[in-house]
Amino acid sequence: MRSFRADLHIHSCLSPCADLEMSPRAVVEASLARGLDVIALCDHNSAENVGAAMRAGFREGLHVLAGIEMCSQEEVHLLAIFDREEQALRLQETLYRHLKGTNRPELFGDQIVVNEDDEVVFFNDRLLIGAVQLELGRLVEDARRLGGLVIASHIDRPAFSLLSQLGFVPKDLALDGLEISRYQDPEGARERFQGLQGLPLLTFSDAHFLKDIGNPCSTFFLEAPTVEEIRMALRGEQGRHLS
Amino acid sequence: MKGAELQKLLGVEVAAGARGLEKEVTSGYCGDLLSDVMANAKEGAIWVTIQSHQNIVAVAVLKRLAAIVLANSRIPDEETRAKAEAEGIPILLSALGAYQIAGRLYELGIGRIEA
Repeated sequence: MRSFRADLHIHSCLSPCADLEMSPRAVVEASLARGLDVIALCDHNSAENVGAAMRAGFREGLHVLAGIEMCSQEEVHLLAIFDREEQALRLQETLYRHLKGTNRPELFGDQIVVNEDDEVVFFNDRLLIGAVQLELGRLVEDARRLGGLVIASHIDRPAFSLLSQLGFVPKDLALDGLEISRYQDPEGARERFQGLQGLPLLTFSDAHFLKDIGNPCSTFFLEAPTVEEIRMALRGEQGRHLS
Repeated sequence: MKGAELQKLLGVEVAAGARGLEKEVTSGYCGDLLSDVMANAKEGAIWVTIQSHQNIVAVAVLKRLAAIVLANSRIPDEETRAKAEAEGIPILLSALGAYQIAGRLYELGIGRIEA
């Protein structure tokens, strides 16, 4: 068992609001430069850059998990994180079926699908910044059923967070953890959020720019950087834990 | 009614995008879910919300809204102000809640249901 520095919430240039320099390869290189051991690429409502990031990671020696940052009907952001690209793509199918509208790049930003060699594959024209018209509980269930880890994004933020949209953490929601953003200091976070439905608090960067990757990250003690091991760490099972 | 006249009648401060106050306000909409506003607000509407995230400006441009009123003393952050300024979307600030603001707008004849 050893420690793994993990940043499981990083966007790529597929997210309209992320910087164009965030190609999957650039994200992988910046993550290695920051000393991270494992990352998850989580674009808004889409996993179309996940495969490229995983291949770039494999080539460069970084473990990359397949993520999506889902936006529910209530406009709550949630991270769904998987071991394999196919799982994320299956979730994406459901999200796309319930996501309406067309992107307006001049208003929301470009949505670029890029391969592992920094070559543009195509421009995604869905309204990825929009809300999937499915309720929160359904999205959590779908992601869990596919084997995903589900974490409520930046719960301290005044927009698009479980607390800003719903006021409290619903009791019956099968979450694995709550993410605290880099805008909230750790002391304040413990005071405000510790013990909410007994869920562990995690810190990830939610990077939209290369410079923000890994700041902050979370450290896990695991056998291997897999979703199942991370889930065990979040529950404090069999010696796995979150530092 | 023009945005500028409405702003004076409401007695609210303009946080950004003042040049957009020349636009005609033809109806009103209240909502804090951006997806709902995108689906239902009409062109020319004045939008009352507590959301201050920069995406409100993109929504207002997309739907050609006349102005945004932030209720409950909400303050827009720097990015929101800068975007509103660049796009000419007026952001008005009010200490009142959305219900009261909508009530005053209605009294002023904005967005009345035709009998």
